[in-house]
Amino acid sequence: MTTDQKGLPALWAAFPHTIPILAGFLFLGIAYGIYMDASGFDVVYAALMALTIFAGSMEFVAVTLLLGAFDPVGALMLTLMVNARHLFYGISMLDKYRGTGLKKIYLIFGLCDESFSINYTTEVPKGVDKGWFMFFVTLLNHSYWVIGATIGGFFGTFLKFDMEGLDFVMTALFVVIFIEQWMKEDEHHSAVLGLGLSLLCLVMFGGDQFMIPSMLLILCILTLLKKQLGKTGESVCQ
Amino acid sequence: MSMTLFEQMITIGMVVLGTMATRFVPFLVFPPGRAAPPYVSYLGKVLPAATLGMLVVYCIRDVSLVSGTHGIPEFVSIGVVAFLHIWKRKMLLSLASGTLLYMLLIRVLA
Repeated sequence: MTTDQKGLPALWAAFPHTIPILAGFLFLGIAYGIYMDASGFDVVYAALMALTIFAGSMEFVAVTLLLGAFDPVGALMLTLMVNARHLFYGISMLDKYRGTGLKKIYLIFGLCDESFSINYTTEVPKGVDKGWFMFFVTLLNHSYWVIGATIGGFFGTFLKFDMEGLDFVMTALFVVIFIEQWMKEDEHHSAVLGLGLSLLCLVMFGGDQFMIPSMLLILCILTLLKKQLGKTGESVCQ
Repeated sequence: MSMTLFEQMITIGMVVLGTMATRFVPFLVFPPGRAAPPYVSYLGKVLPAATLGMLVVYCIRDVSLVSGTHGIPEFVSIGVVAFLHIWKRKMLLSLASGTLLYMLLIRVLA
């Protein structure tokens, strides 16, 4: 089949799943663009950074990096730490992204929190190409973010809108996706561990520092439980 | 602006490089041609659920219990989202209600 024949139904199937992201990313993207504008950067910066980095929280951090002293190694290290969670997304998506051809490069490039959680949990409707579905989920998310950042950077502080709190739609989305995943599984050990250990680390290390300890702790405990959890994992597949 | 254009480009390039590294490394280390070690396949099975839990906590990382609104808007709204979703299981309903409630609460309690 040609791209057109597979592409359009996949785009049509993917769009409804990205509606919450449309709201969240447009809002956050605009906020980011305004922040860039207020920090003295041309709209070109906001648009290009949204396009090439495509990792929301890191882009806000990047503004402070650009305003500080030139420190490329520090910038790289900080990015690796802030975005370390992507490693978990990659390991989780090794199988799902298999056999998607050249699209795989873009799928990995655009593996943000939202693309991961939608592409991991959504059951692609019958007759829709899985690879193209995931491609369009990623592409739509990416577009919302770039469009938002460009609008924000362009109009800057001229935009008077009181939409504060709209970004909560992202939190709500992750809560809903967590519940959906919970309902699908027979065993909840891993979900409880992820939630509980991260909360524990948040309390112990605080919001700026807790992600790396959380990831290490989750890895350790899951490794220790491999004997028990590995078995149930297999029986689910059969 | 204290940085030159060149320095800015390098800085942005480093952020792009770092972000791409965190996204591409698992796929480069475990290419599809070779079977991933059993340990990695095991992680691929159990990590996603844990990661989704971690992501929920990641969203509330900046909530302060001791200042501002004490996290009340966040926790009440998350509770309502969870309750509505378990009850009705309509994604857009859960998201819209929770978000509108949150936007209302941060204005009323501020």
